Amino acid sequence: MYSEKVMDHFMNPRNVGEIENPSGVGTVGNPKCGDIMKIYLDIEDNIIKDVKFKTFGCGAAVATSSMATELVKGKTIEEAMKITNKAVMEALDGLPPVKVHCSVLAEEALQAALWDYAQKNGIEIEGLTPPKEDHDHHHDIPEDNE
Amino acid sequence: MQKIYFDHAATTAMNPQVVEAMVPYFTENFGNPSSIYEIARKNKQALDESRDKIAKLLGADPKEIYFTSGGTESDNWAIKGIADAYRNKGNHIITSAIEHHAVLHTCEYLESKGYEVTYLPVNEFGQVDPQDVLKAIKDNTILISIMYANNEIGTIQPIEEIGKIAREKGIVFHTDAVQAVGHIPIDVKKANVDLLSLSGHKFHGPKGVGVLYIRKGIKIKPLLHGGAQERGRRGGTENVPGIVGLAKALELAVENMEENNKKMIELRDYIIKGISSKIDHVKLNGHPTDRLPNNINFTFDFIEGESLLLLLDMKGIYASSGSACTSGSLDPSHVLLAIGLPHERAHGSLRITLGDENTKEEADYLLEVLPPIVQRLRDMSPLYEAYKKEQNLN
Repeated sequence: MYSEKVMDHFMNPRNVGEIENPSGVGTVGNPKCGDIMKIYLDIEDNIIKDVKFKTFGCGAAVATSSMATELVKGKTIEEAMKITNKAVMEALDGLPPVKVHCSVLAEEALQAALWDYAQKNGIEIEGLTPPKEDHDHHHDIPEDNE
Repeated sequence: MQKIYFDHAATTAMNPQVVEAMVPYFTENFGNPSSIYEIARKNKQALDESRDKIAKLLGADPKEIYFTSGGTESDNWAIKGIADAYRNKGNHIITSAIEHHAVLHTCEYLESKGYEVTYLPVNEFGQVDPQDVLKAIKDNTILISIMYANNEIGTIQPIEEIGKIAREKGIVFHTDAVQAVGHIPIDVKKANVDLLSLSGHKFHGPKGVGVLYIRKGIKIKPLLHGGAQERGRRGGTENVPGIVGLAKALELAVENMEENNKKMIELRDYIIKGISSKIDHVKLNGHPTDRLPNNINFTFDFIEGESLLLLLDMKGIYASSGSACTSGSLDPSHVLLAIGLPHERAHGSLRITLGDENTKEEADYLLEVLPPIVQRLRDMSPLYEAYKKEQNLN
């Protein structure tokens, strides 16, 4: 069902935890759907110096959170903005179709944390949109990811 | 690493005695029971003997035993067959919110064909109130279908009482007894049922073979049209090795039931007590006493079931969950929602279903590895983080 990489990131998740006084923090998902992701960012001079996550969810939810944090660590905000759910999935050697929403959630959690950072600092990040308030992410899967 | 199988409600390993009984019907006695020569007659004889044996074990008449491909077919046949046969009398069906999907999806299909279905609620333990059944009956009610015991939480329903109501009202009563047969004593007459579904692989028999008990005098339309097999009610060459295996498995299950149940109840209660005392924020789902001897179902707050199962698997333990993610669907268990659990708690369930081969050592191993797994997932959970922060504020 899961690739070896997914299992590796599930069994040995990278960057689990919290950052005290984060530059930005984003939480997406809802308990109703069985997935909640929270991503903390520590940003200095436009660079993501540190990133941590906490996730309530299935194996794919943990693995996509872990991979998303790995992909953004050390990147500039502009580079982080380019990390899509597809990139997360590819880095994990794919996900079963029913789990694609987890990668969407990872992308959205990251963007929610960036949005929080932008709001706190009164800056505008190109292409960044406000996080959806309570989205039913299970039904928000781009068709081309199926 | 040792491997521990705790998922007997999903399926069971075949008993070697069952395999032994089946083998000749795959090889030398392979004839078609509908043919007339010797090896066919031997098959017909095995079929009749199996039917007699199963009927006796259920308190039925052999003419009331019909072989099917398993529980799903039995449930489909019972519901669609009765709905079709009694269409002139009415179009209303009563069932419960916690039935197996073989019943629920069949009812939903019938709704699309113009039938009306009442889905009765259950209480916090997952039991249907017989008075709710009585109140739901209308002039056009033609069928009541309530499961004998629930596949997820193990709750046993007051079947005799519901059957009595159905009988008094002259309404056909079907029970999906797939999880109950072979595990608790069942007598179709005592239970007041008109139709009963069972499946061989739930009690150490083969997969792909089941039974629908149909009480004499009950009208039913065939689900499978074909030859004259099963007295013209179910076409298709009989799965003789499977049927022989099912009969043997049921015989062994009933024969050893008392002894096995004593052992399993002891082990079940040991695990329940162990989990309750070693892990906080847990809830035992299902009825405390009216539950299957082998069923344990817990909800662990702040975590999700699939993650729990994957980590248990890494420790060599095979279990199950009502978690959405394990089933291919993304919704949490309809059973856990029906007993009143909120979505986030319904996502965090673990089902352990024992078999007679499970041991106390295996239970101890589970009780040793489970608490750190739960803690590991909680430490990663934003729900647990929020809970802890709230506690600190208070």
